[in-house]
Amino acid sequence: MTLAPGRKKEKLDRLAELSAVHDDERGVSLWQEALRRLRRNPAAIVGAVILTVFVLVAVIGPFLVPHEPTDTMGIREGVVKSGQGLIPGPSADHWLGYDHQGRDEFSRMVVGARQTLLVGIVATLIGLTIGVLIGGVAGAAAGLGGRWGRLVDSVLMRIVDMMLSLPSLLLAVSVAALLGPGLTTVMIAVGVVSVPIFARLLRGSMIAQANRDYVVAASSLGVRESKIAISHILPNSLAPVIVQATLTLATAIIEVAALSFLGLGNPDSAVPEWGLMLADAQPYLGIRPELAIYPAVGIIITALGFTLLGEAMREALDPKLRR
Amino acid sequence: MFRFIVRRLLQLVPTLFGLSILLFIWLHRLPGGPETALLGERGTPESRAQIRESLGLDEPLPIQYGRFVKRLVQLDLGTSISTKREVTTEFLQRFPGTVELTITAMIIAIGVGIPLGYLAARRRGSILDQASVGGSLLGTCIPIFFLAYVLKAIFAENLGWFPTIGRQDASINATHITNFFVLDGLLTREWDAAADAIWHLVLPGIALASIPLAIIVRITRASVLEVLGEDFVRTAEAKGLTERTVRRRHVLRNAMLPVATSIGLLTGLLLSGAVLTETVFAFSGIGAFIKDAISNLDYPVLMGFIMIIAVVFALVNLLVDVSYSLIDPRVRVR
Amino acid sequence: MRAARPKAAIAVVAVAALAVAGCAESERDNEGSGQSTKDTLVFGTAGDPKVLDPSLASDGESLRVARQIFETLVRPEEGGTKVTPGLAESWTPDSTGTVWTFKLRSGVKFHDGTEFNAEAVCVNFNRWYNATGLMQSADVTAYWQDVMGGFAKNEDAELPPSLFKSCTVKDTTTVDLAFTAVSSKIPAALMLPSFSIHSPKALQEFDASNVSGTADDIKYPSYAMEHPTGTGPFKFKAWNVADKTLTIERNEDYWGNKAKLKTLVFRTISDENARKQALRSGDIQGYDLVGPPDVEPLKSEGFNVLTRPAFNILYLAINQKGNPKLADVRVRQAIAYALNRQALVDSKLPPGAEVATQFLPSTVEGWNDQVTKYDYNVQKAKDLLAQAGASNLTLRFHYPTEVTRPYMPGPKDLAELMMADLKAVGINVEAIPLKWTPDYLNATTSGSAHDLHMLGWTGDYGDGYNFIGTFFARQKDEWGFNNPALFEKFAKADSTADAAARYALYKELNADIMEFLPGVPISHSPPALVLGKDVTGVKASPLTDERFATAEFKS
Repeated sequence: MTLAPGRKKEKLDRLAELSAVHDDERGVSLWQEALRRLRRNPAAIVGAVILTVFVLVAVIGPFLVPHEPTDTMGIREGVVKSGQGLIPGPSADHWLGYDHQGRDEFSRMVVGARQTLLVGIVATLIGLTIGVLIGGVAGAAAGLGGRWGRLVDSVLMRIVDMMLSLPSLLLAVSVAALLGPGLTTVMIAVGVVSVPIFARLLRGSMIAQANRDYVVAASSLGVRESKIAISHILPNSLAPVIVQATLTLATAIIEVAALSFLGLGNPDSAVPEWGLMLADAQPYLGIRPELAIYPAVGIIITALGFTLLGEAMREALDPKLRR
Repeated sequence: MFRFIVRRLLQLVPTLFGLSILLFIWLHRLPGGPETALLGERGTPESRAQIRESLGLDEPLPIQYGRFVKRLVQLDLGTSISTKREVTTEFLQRFPGTVELTITAMIIAIGVGIPLGYLAARRRGSILDQASVGGSLLGTCIPIFFLAYVLKAIFAENLGWFPTIGRQDASINATHITNFFVLDGLLTREWDAAADAIWHLVLPGIALASIPLAIIVRITRASVLEVLGEDFVRTAEAKGLTERTVRRRHVLRNAMLPVATSIGLLTGLLLSGAVLTETVFAFSGIGAFIKDAISNLDYPVLMGFIMIIAVVFALVNLLVDVSYSLIDPRVRVR
Repeated sequence: MRAARPKAAIAVVAVAALAVAGCAESERDNEGSGQSTKDTLVFGTAGDPKVLDPSLASDGESLRVARQIFETLVRPEEGGTKVTPGLAESWTPDSTGTVWTFKLRSGVKFHDGTEFNAEAVCVNFNRWYNATGLMQSADVTAYWQDVMGGFAKNEDAELPPSLFKSCTVKDTTTVDLAFTAVSSKIPAALMLPSFSIHSPKALQEFDASNVSGTADDIKYPSYAMEHPTGTGPFKFKAWNVADKTLTIERNEDYWGNKAKLKTLVFRTISDENARKQALRSGDIQGYDLVGPPDVEPLKSEGFNVLTRPAFNILYLAINQKGNPKLADVRVRQAIAYALNRQALVDSKLPPGAEVATQFLPSTVEGWNDQVTKYDYNVQKAKDLLAQAGASNLTLRFHYPTEVTRPYMPGPKDLAELMMADLKAVGINVEAIPLKWTPDYLNATTSGSAHDLHMLGWTGDYGDGYNFIGTFFARQKDEWGFNNPALFEKFAKADSTADAAARYALYKELNADIMEFLPGVPISHSPPALVLGKDVTGVKASPLTDERFATAEFKS
């Protein structure tokens, strides 16, 4: 069954329209509806506010910090004597005091926010990209493929199962041990951990989409299978993936901290990152517990922001909870 | 039932096969190759050659892989670089500690989580509900090692209520038979030793339980809410059954099913968390040893432990599936 | 029926448990339990011992345990470095200075009940001297090789000839040790735990010299892991590797004052902060390597913080083979001027630490207050670099991670500060952090792929040669220079029997070294250990030779 190119395009456009509104009774798109629901959810608002502040600090903050985060001024000036238990706390010039190396703690927290966000985002993107690739191929193969499709799907899913057969931190540790300690290592290790989650999720929702009416309609109209997969099923299956990405950002930030704690993080603490700052503060817990508390609270609040927003998005997009 | 178990066991095979390939590749891709991984950085050329020969590193890859699998199956996981002892011995000595710790955490998580989730659902919107929902969100966002530190600093170091390190007081001089210290204490009737071992489990148990607890509260709450809205509960209530009967016979029983399925997932979380918690509390289980292995670049230990943990984890999941199918026959269909 | 099932299961489990319980016996001796535990001390250590035979050990944790179980012919005075009687009551050299006669203590028994006598001493010395195979590996008999050089038959051509010549039994309590030359090390070096006298019977029974495996995967005989047998106030009881506890108990047949503690447990807690918390919560009653920031707080809470004299040196080594520019003394001087050592000592090291002007602590004879000093001076450093044509120099800077040494608390922090100083004078620094084991020492003390690195030394006995001689008496990969004039002067000093003349030579050597500047001495810092509020009787030792036999709980 072949169609003239012009006619085919027309049909596809119509399909796109259909799929955009397929799940909605009131004529508003899925995303608009979700946004409306999000705005009414106080948890989502709190999450969004936290994240806005965090991102603003991370993006603009480093340009405005009062001191160079790597400058060991406190030691040069002889104010910080951590070997004798003396690390001055907050003052007018140093809002959060000094760290154990005589650096300005406030500046480090701010610059650390950027590093933490960056590491979290890159790690999530690594997981997302690989996961979406695997899950997408598997989903497309499973939903539309015949024998070969099923084979591809099952091979890919076995790989994913394998990754799931290890507790997440151990998977991250094995990856990190292979690559040696460092910032890149941490990002890759944390990213790899989330690959199976994204892959399974996308595949699952693609298979669910594949059975929907509009896909059946499209294939009976003779639209090529790969075309259907890429232009219709995939975009419609991405919603849960995006929600998951938000949630993964939260776990990524926490896992980065855990890897730093285990000594697999960036060994060079000149560039501040919250997980590393938390790990570095351990010997000084007795004299200045705040040095651990600041980055810990930073991590907790940020992770909470991503979690709140992610959970709210999940609720908003869940058709079962709508109405 | 038997066929179900066999089928699930067979499903394990490709996973383990894949994992062994991954570990094999991993070993070969390590900086410096397997000789370095097994010998550490200090290997002399002669001993490197010796290792290359004994591992057959100059033979074709499939043959090498065959040997590798053979050694795995024989549980010959090599010797730890740092302690010079068999990896399997190291594992067997430390595993009981981790089992005790994860069981403690599981008891805390389930014992607190299910009642809390249930109450939160029954009194939806109450302060208790909001607190447990908020608390469970927060619980998943606190880095577990930080929580462990805070607990240790407050309740052990400053208040002195609990010990800060280890599985048992070193001065107690207890007899150990099984290496499950609590069990040993009970078996030998050294009650003080058993009590001391339990005492050492409390704080790490709580720290480790934090994330599973948060998850269980959320799952229980959600499923109780769902069950409460279902027809059979309304019917039961309409029939005039007392609230207690309805609660016991229907709501809790049905609401616990999703919790039961998530135990496999929780085991994974607990094993991950054990690495961090055991490190903070210098608790000699497999987790703390993995952390040591990372520090010492003890690859035989890392590899061996990861392989064993994968198997154990898979078996736990299998066990969960089987027991779940016992509780709920619907699962067995297919 | 449905309700009965769980009950039946419980019954089965209970019966099974009772059955097992019937077989299980408490192995615990009952005298200890129930009573106050005040005769057991648990001491926290930073690392596990490697091996319990001190003759095969060189790490501090192994030696700490050995010092309680074993004794040496001569021993340091408690809390000092002076040579005092141990298993030998007196010792005298002959007129040539190469044969030493030791008069032994009588009535001493090994833990296995056998007699200590002249015969036993010779068995031990001959065991070391006649070592073969892996027993000649530098990893196994490090201290023997440090002090004596080689063996009866050197298997490695690089090994120097042995300083030790023979051991002769004169009578049951008199023994002659003959050496091939006069050396500054005798008799002080015989205080080292590595020269501990073992029970000949146990050595043979447990195959003590059968070190097997390969040079980098050494397997120790069962003697070294489970049956160390000496004459000391404590005897070995158990080592639980998984639980990280090593238990020793009172030797009731000790020849001298018996230990006051019944049981002494060494518990490994690698994290510094965890050790402090365990002490404060009462899990342990003392620990070693107190973090500098914790010294004052612990003192003010009433704990017994014992500060050892700063009998050590932390230095920044410069490898002249690593980068050709480093062979230029001006570049090395520039590095010395660039480091703000005073700020580093003030800020990161414990109270009582001082900037090192040379590679020898000021308490050791031979220290020289006239050496060239290199005070912090950024401009001078920049000028020197410019003169040497090395203004765009890039250097690799190795530092260890996850370790604390007595001379070097928190190496990572120290390294960060030094690197910042070097950057400030325009030297580009490439940071290379490495784990202490197994990489760091290997990477910095062999080969030439290193430029700058931090390392240090704690003295083994009270002679200056033990410091400067160890570093600079011969060509070493760590420093990568060849300076025959210097090496000759060291050889001369070592073989000078007259102490005063030797010390004069040490003074000259210190001046020469600081002129030549093979590295930058950074600091001498006093390491601390701490004991519980009610523990007394332990004296801090500059050699980290703390003896627990006198430790007791005051009531």
